[in-house]
Amino acid sequence: MTTKTHALAKSESALVPVMGLILLGAAILFTAGFAQAEMLHDSAHDVRHSIGFACH
Amino acid sequence: MFKNMLSSALFAGFAAGLIAAVLQIYFLVPVLLEAELYETGQLTHFGGEGFVPNTIPLEHDWARNGMTMLSTIAIYIGFAMLVVAGIAYADSRGIAPQVKTGLLWGLAGFAAIQLLPSLGLPPELPGMIAAEVTARQIWWAGTVICTLVAIGSFAFTNDWRFWVGGVLILMLPHLIGAPHPEVFGGTVPPELAAQFVGLSLGVGAISWAILGLFSAAFWISESRD
Repeated sequence: MTTKTHALAKSESALVPVMGLILLGAAILFTAGFAQAEMLHDSAHDVRHSIGFACH
Repeated sequence: MFKNMLSSALFAGFAAGLIAAVLQIYFLVPVLLEAELYETGQLTHFGGEGFVPNTIPLEHDWARNGMTMLSTIAIYIGFAMLVVAGIAYADSRGIAPQVKTGLLWGLAGFAAIQLLPSLGLPPELPGMIAAEVTARQIWWAGTVICTLVAIGSFAFTNDWRFWVGGVLILMLPHLIGAPHPEVFGGTVPPELAAQFVGLSLGVGAISWAILGLFSAAFWISESRD
């Protein structure tokens, strides 16, 4: 019981950094994987095709 | 906690991204280069000229490959952030991480981001005909989210009703159907396109498996110092 309460308290405090990292990861993926700016598109062209991201 | 998660994701993403980039450049880039010869009309696989073997050498452009390497590492760091966030959150809920369960996290990421979306939208070569890009991106994102929810329900609940719900959510985008073009007529030979899909999924599965293992290993070492 004590262990469970402890784990729950820990999981609540973990939520903020976890969400922060997910948002940061999603922002990186959007920029490298989907953003249409020509420079980004051209440099990431081959990897976008290889992973199957629809970029054009 | 954030600092440990961030450093684990950076290390894991960099290492896995480097391996993924090498695999991509070796296996996938030559197919892309050949497809571009058809896209630009230097080669044709049907029509007047008949069938002629390709005699144009496929030469790697190393500046282009350098950009591919950097952007692959960036994308894998993004993937690693999602995987490490998942492993660290499960850890905080009392599910202790192991290096070998990292493999499952990696394969779950592969299923959600590459395998299940490819059922409706297989990886494309340049010069292929496809439906409008926004519609495809919406279907793709919806499929990724549904697959993640489904995998979560299989992995973290012990109630069969959640599993049934997971199966239904998993199927939903495929029952709706991915946007496809109304007419076909791409310039790329189907043989080349098929080769590319197989290679893309194979390289993706291997790279994601490595990413999952590295993510768990770095998270374990960073969070337990």
